[in-house]
Amino acid sequence: MFNKLEFEENAKKTTRTSRLIKGLSAVTIGLLGSMLVLSVISAEKAAPELAQTALDSISLSGVENPVTAVLLNFRSYDTLLEIAVLLIVAVAMMPESSRNTSLTAANSRVPTHPVLIGLIRCVIPLSVILSAYLLWTGAYAPGGAFQAGAVLAGAGVALLLVKRWQLNYLRLSARAFMALGLAVFVIVAATVIPATGRALNYPADYAGALILIIEVAATLSIAFVLILLVDQLLNMANKQVKPQDTQTEGLDKS
Amino acid sequence: MSQDLIYCTTGIGLFALGLYGVLFVAHILRKLIAINISGIGVFLVLLATAKHEGVVDPVPHAMVLTGIVVAVAGTALCLWLTVNIHCRQITQQGESK
Repeated sequence: MFNKLEFEENAKKTTRTSRLIKGLSAVTIGLLGSMLVLSVISAEKAAPELAQTALDSISLSGVENPVTAVLLNFRSYDTLLEIAVLLIVAVAMMPESSRNTSLTAANSRVPTHPVLIGLIRCVIPLSVILSAYLLWTGAYAPGGAFQAGAVLAGAGVALLLVKRWQLNYLRLSARAFMALGLAVFVIVAATVIPATGRALNYPADYAGALILIIEVAATLSIAFVLILLVDQLLNMANKQVKPQDTQTEGLDKS
Repeated sequence: MSQDLIYCTTGIGLFALGLYGVLFVAHILRKLIAINISGIGVFLVLLATAKHEGVVDPVPHAMVLTGIVVAVAGTALCLWLTVNIHCRQITQQGESK
């Protein structure tokens, strides 16, 4: 499987010129790397003005962890666009055909090992608690929406790998779940305009609460989108492993 | 040799390795891994330069956090396209037989 995935112009037999080009490029990249290292060694470190500004105005941000403050207050535009990027990828990877099932469908035909079920029963609640903890602690210490979302997505992927449940991503509820993070973010960004005159410019008194609302919604959306990504890739790969496709030569052919 | 210099050098080395891989490895999956390696190199350099005397600059940290999520999304999309290319090749082979 996957052993034909080579761009044709690259997969030609190596000639003497191509080897020369490869060698020259390797030397060039090596030189580039050493120049970068030299510049890092010789350059004076700039004074951390931006860091100082960020750390000085942390009391206005509503949270105590500087990274969360930068992510969700000072430069929340980045985070907004990042959630939009995740949503766009999820839309691109949506399944094509609709299975006419509800959001979660039990798949009772697949037998499941009792040990696996036991493990799932221990691990999933723990992951949910850990995720909630990471989300909450993001205001004071390293943590936040993305870490919490990743842990939650891990729990979801573990549930899907047991193959007793499957999700229907085309249901309206699933789509709403995926869009929730971006929607809440945009709504909050818009609702603060009357108060402060600018989008995403939270009033200092309510900043903590607003950031928490955004983070909860973003955590759920991020987790759901990550589950969709992994699930779709696994489904697609499983579909492709057909009986006549077993002469796998691995990736060693390049 | 200070600690952040070691991190910087490692990051630049990873970036260079990944750059070479992106340019000269033919297999798409390997190219994708190479892109990810060079991206991780960039993240490492950013994190290493975030350390200053006394203060840690939160802005590069936030940038790297954003970058990781975008890199994951991009990698997933690339894998998805790769699998689709593979499917198409299989169908074309089946038709030509």
